[in-house]
Amino acid sequence: MVEKIRVENLNCYYKDKQALKNLNITVEKNEILSIIGPSNSGKTSFLRTLNRMNDMNVDFSRDGEIYLDEENIFEMNPEKLRTRVGMLFAMPIPLPMSIYDNIAYAPRVLGLKNKKNMDEVVEQSLRDASLWDEVKDRLHTSAIKMSGGQQQRLCIARILAIEPEVILFDEPCSGLDPISTAKVEEAMLKLKQKYTIVLVTNNVKQASRVGTRTAFFLMGELVEIDKTSTLFVSPRNKKTEDYITGRFG
Amino acid sequence: MFKLSPKLSQKIFYTLLAISTAIVIVPVLLIVFIIIKNGWSAISWEFLTTMPTDGMRAGGILPAILGTLSIVACAICITLPVGVCAAIYLNEYAKDNMLTRIIKLAIVNLAGVPSVVYGLFGLGIFVMLLGFGVSIIAGALTLSIMELPVIITTARGALNSVPYAFREASWSLGVSKWQTIRRVVLPNALPGIMTGAILSISRISGETAPILFTAAAFYVPHLPQSMFDQVMALPYHLYIISTQIPNMPKNIIFGTALVLLMMVLSMSLFAIIARLYFRKKRKW
Ligand SMILES: Nc1ncnc2c1ncn2[C@@H]1O[C@H](COP(=O)(O)OP(=O)(O)OP(=O)(O)O)[C@@H](O)[C@H]1O
Ligand SMILES: [Mg+2]
Repeated sequence: MVEKIRVENLNCYYKDKQALKNLNITVEKNEILSIIGPSNSGKTSFLRTLNRMNDMNVDFSRDGEIYLDEENIFEMNPEKLRTRVGMLFAMPIPLPMSIYDNIAYAPRVLGLKNKKNMDEVVEQSLRDASLWDEVKDRLHTSAIKMSGGQQQRLCIARILAIEPEVILFDEPCSGLDPISTAKVEEAMLKLKQKYTIVLVTNNVKQASRVGTRTAFFLMGELVEIDKTSTLFVSPRNKKTEDYITGRFG
Repeated sequence: MFKLSPKLSQKIFYTLLAISTAIVIVPVLLIVFIIIKNGWSAISWEFLTTMPTDGMRAGGILPAILGTLSIVACAICITLPVGVCAAIYLNEYAKDNMLTRIIKLAIVNLAGVPSVVYGLFGLGIFVMLLGFGVSIIAGALTLSIMELPVIITTARGALNSVPYAFREASWSLGVSKWQTIRRVVLPNALPGIMTGAILSISRISGETAPILFTAAAFYVPHLPQSMFDQVMALPYHLYIISTQIPNMPKNIIFGTALVLLMMVLSMSLFAIIARLYFRKKRKW
């Protein structure tokens, strides 16, 4: 197994409040690492540190280091980092423009593609996000008018268009019905071949369905991490067991 | 104590509200009506396109119209870009510290300074210190400084109305802060900024005090030729002909007022319609 991301002794704070405590964790290449844990356990904080979205928050500070392919992400250009580590938010946020433009937006601005290739990029990204068939006839209509599940897959396609190496999903299905959820999961499993995925979910079943490995966070600490099958069948820690069997809190 | 039945008290309050609305609207309608009634007869193509004659008792008001237009056009060209840039800086870049909070407070308070104070400021700085003399440019600079707080405030409102989530979505794709502002924030804030700008234009077209010492002249026998010319301006011209000139025909006074009023009202109306249109078209 090749190591994609290595987190060393990471502590995160908002003002004086500590959100992550001495975190050591690795993400392997082409795996889906699921992160489960109750509310306020620091899952989102962890994801937003991985692609430095927390840089924008003046209250945020951290110590410890994170390496992406052995390169310290805090010494990288944050914009460059975010093209390598894409992020999907809990609420789908389509930009107020057409479906096509939503996907072409970042490649255009970043100058990644010439115009001729753009159609191909858009089509391929939509296909990879399992959305192409539903929208191919209305690429130039507003993205805001799509259903929630379609919007979330559009946001996935938008990330795929910049060809990142790692994709961070923050509770991508929390607002979706079971069928939309199944479609997003299907897209995710397909993506595993090309990308490394970190999936935060408050749905324990989802973690067990798609996760290669699963990590359990509690109050800003990593309690346990293991192969998904192992963690769900024989958790080593009592708290993990309580959480996955639904006896928690 | 006696108690009103809910139905009766509802009726009473409804009537009170209707009356206060009428108190606001009736004087406005009355003013417009009186001005139209007395001024309509003066309005003609000639009136709008010729020089005044006979000591301004006859002829047209072309120089005053052009004077006002040139001062206002110059002013908005200065104040809009500066104001929008300041708003972008304050909203999107400035850290939330003591200094920026003081600046924001100052901007809000500057909007309340009486316009004659700006006029005296303009006289001191632009006319005398910088030596522009009484001129279009001095008047425009004075008006633009006066309008700057309003432009900044409306532009900040328009920027704030663009959801923060759009910025985050854009940043998360590796797009820089500036590109995000340029491609996502500004295009969506533009309708708000533009309607604010139109309202500002309409507001400063009617201002007299700031241009009194800085740009306006009693009478200029020719049309404005350069930025450093003194000009006649509609609001000041109106003041002159209604108070300083004996035997002034009444319909010319009201006709001049009507032209000014139409200029201001049509722009406000345009801004309101544009705002409604963009609100309807808004995609989120
Ligand atoms: N922007 C912020 N400013 C201040 N405190 C924050 C901020 N974001 C998170 N926190 C705090 O950090 C802690 C961890 O929050 P985080 O959002 O990472 O939890 P989470 O595991 O994602 O929870 P959830 O399952 O509810 O999304 C919480 O106590 C929260 O209050
Ligand atoms: Mg969260």
